[in-house]
Amino acid sequence: MTSSQFSELHTPTMTQTANIPLWKREGAEPFLKIENVTKKFGDFTAVDNISLDIYKNELFCLLGGSGSGKSTLLRIMAGFESATSGRIIIDGMDMAGIQPWNRPVNMMFQSYALFPHLNVADNVAFGLRREGVARSEVNKRVEKMLDMVQLGALGKRKPNQLSGGQRQRVALARSLIKRPKLLLLDEPLGALDKKLREETQFELINIQEELGVTFVVVTHDQEEAMTLATRIGVMNNGVIVQTAEPHVVYEYPNSRFVAEFVGSVNLFEGIIVEDLPDSVRIRSTEAGAELHVNHGISCAPNQVVHMAIRPEKIKISRQKPEQNVNCLHGVIEDIAYMGSLSVFKVRLASGKDVRITQPNFVRDMGARFTWHDSVYLSWDMDSSVVLTS
Amino acid sequence: MSISSGSAWVNKSASGMARYNLFRRVNWGRLGVIAVPGLWLGIFFFIPFLVVFKISLSESAIAVPPYSAMFEWNLEDAYATFKLNFGNYLYLIEDDFYLDAYISSVKIAAVSTFFTLLVGFPIAYLIARSKPSLRVVLLSLVILPFWTSFLLRVYAWMGFLKKNGIVNEFLLSTGIIDQPLIMLQTDFAVYIGIVYTYLPFMILPLYTALEKMDLTLLEAAEDLGSRPYQSFFLITLPLAIPGVIAGCLLVFIPAVGEFVIPALLGGSDTLMIGRVLWDEFFLNRDWPMASAVAIVMLVVLVLPIMLIRNAQGKEEVHS
Repeated sequence: MTSSQFSELHTPTMTQTANIPLWKREGAEPFLKIENVTKKFGDFTAVDNISLDIYKNELFCLLGGSGSGKSTLLRIMAGFESATSGRIIIDGMDMAGIQPWNRPVNMMFQSYALFPHLNVADNVAFGLRREGVARSEVNKRVEKMLDMVQLGALGKRKPNQLSGGQRQRVALARSLIKRPKLLLLDEPLGALDKKLREETQFELINIQEELGVTFVVVTHDQEEAMTLATRIGVMNNGVIVQTAEPHVVYEYPNSRFVAEFVGSVNLFEGIIVEDLPDSVRIRSTEAGAELHVNHGISCAPNQVVHMAIRPEKIKISRQKPEQNVNCLHGVIEDIAYMGSLSVFKVRLASGKDVRITQPNFVRDMGARFTWHDSVYLSWDMDSSVVLTS
Repeated sequence: MSISSGSAWVNKSASGMARYNLFRRVNWGRLGVIAVPGLWLGIFFFIPFLVVFKISLSESAIAVPPYSAMFEWNLEDAYATFKLNFGNYLYLIEDDFYLDAYISSVKIAAVSTFFTLLVGFPIAYLIARSKPSLRVVLLSLVILPFWTSFLLRVYAWMGFLKKNGIVNEFLLSTGIIDQPLIMLQTDFAVYIGIVYTYLPFMILPLYTALEKMDLTLLEAAEDLGSRPYQSFFLITLPLAIPGVIAGCLLVFIPAVGEFVIPALLGGSDTLMIGRVLWDEFFLNRDWPMASAVAIVMLVVLVLPIMLIRNAQGKEEVHS
């Protein structure tokens, strides 16, 4: 089952419509329409014919590595780059030829780009003053916005007198003050340390829900994308490889690239030996066993495919489990104790290394296994997916 | 017994610790590095300054050197005199000529600093915004004039500006004017000379300020609704202020005391303190008066500027 097949399971019935997200509703009008956008820098194609619909109140994450074109796409939306071809339509308005200062879009920059010579309040007020909003109104809105991002007392500080987390919130306040229809965020949490990042993630979601602004977030951090996003667009080489909800991207990646980019995964190469509507059997010399997966795929017999299984979905045991399928035998090569988890590297007879993570649900969990132990690995049919590309 | 010896031991170690800290506080490496420019300034600025100051408090005399001694003694007649003469300073205040010269110098220096900034800013801006590979070339072009003698370049300007010079010949030949313009030996020529000569000193600090500016700030400003010309005045210019101040000081301070340019390009009525100094020293051979003129220039003009600059520097460090 691919992601599209998966979402068909959730085809809305009329009575449920209110709870169905916009992107699954029939005929819903997208808020942001990206139509066949291509951006070339000389011979290099940074964005390659991307089409994407983003709906109102979404928090859409563009996830990709460096050079995947995600930032270029964001800059095209903001108006800092013009697309070589294609159209961007925001709230029914074609953005072609509209300068950045005239777009109903604001951006939060990765480096925050706070004006160093202005204090916090003046930084936040900058956008309103350019609009010619009355002074009393500016002061009122700035005060309210600073309270929202919990910086009410720091209005007179200069950016270099703030901590990283405070700067991030000033940048967010400054980009939201004009009440943009669409907020673009370039690696919004990238410069924060891990603990602060986790706190800020939820803050960001709360603010987004409170204000009802549509967010498009660019990030290379898959964890960040997972927690923030309503939907994720995974990008690679200027193309969106998969667009889906976070759990779909993780559990039903549509390609080896997505499976490997989002989280870690074990891939077994094999040949389809039986292809039934609701299950497939794969013969894999790499795995040294027959692999069963409980969803069908449409492909030619004897096609070379990959079966993907996440490390946390594999059970590890000393005794041979009951099941005969999806059961491999190997030797522990490496154990890494990570506090909440233990990571095992198990080498199969074929020489293939398999990665397994186990939560340490009792103390000294890792001590139950040791180096060079002979172990069995097993998983359920519905834990793995077959990837044809 | 054991208690008292114990406390003695503690005391001893505490004082030893203090001595150790004191020794540690002197950072010899740092001191050594600072000592080199310190010595340089001491020998080539501070001591000469004291010598000039001493001369300014003496009287002019027909002797070698041409001023009276401050301290005289004679063992045989058993006398010693110590004489300070403030007459030179009094004379500076009394005679309007010197005041006029100071004011005129400041005016010429200020006007030329303004025009240097006006010409230098676009050049510095262009260099700072050009491709990094091109910047090196452009910067070396800015510095290139230093490879020829300053005097030669001023003489070249005489060739340009004189009555039958290149500028006049060109304007006459194109028919824009039918009488040659009098440019040489006017204040105009002095302005041209100062702006031309000091331009690199303006461009380099401006370039440094503009070059280190984060260009995403301009994108952020545009994103918030600011048009490019607004962004220039709201973001670029305020951030370039330290460079503007540094450049203006580097031009203004030496321009106030400039001698060669007004002497060669200026007219007889171009009154500048540098020329007054020269005349006092070499025409009147009145070293004490010349020294007083120099000291007053330093105290009245340069010192306040330096103090302001210093205060600004401290403010920046605090914020």
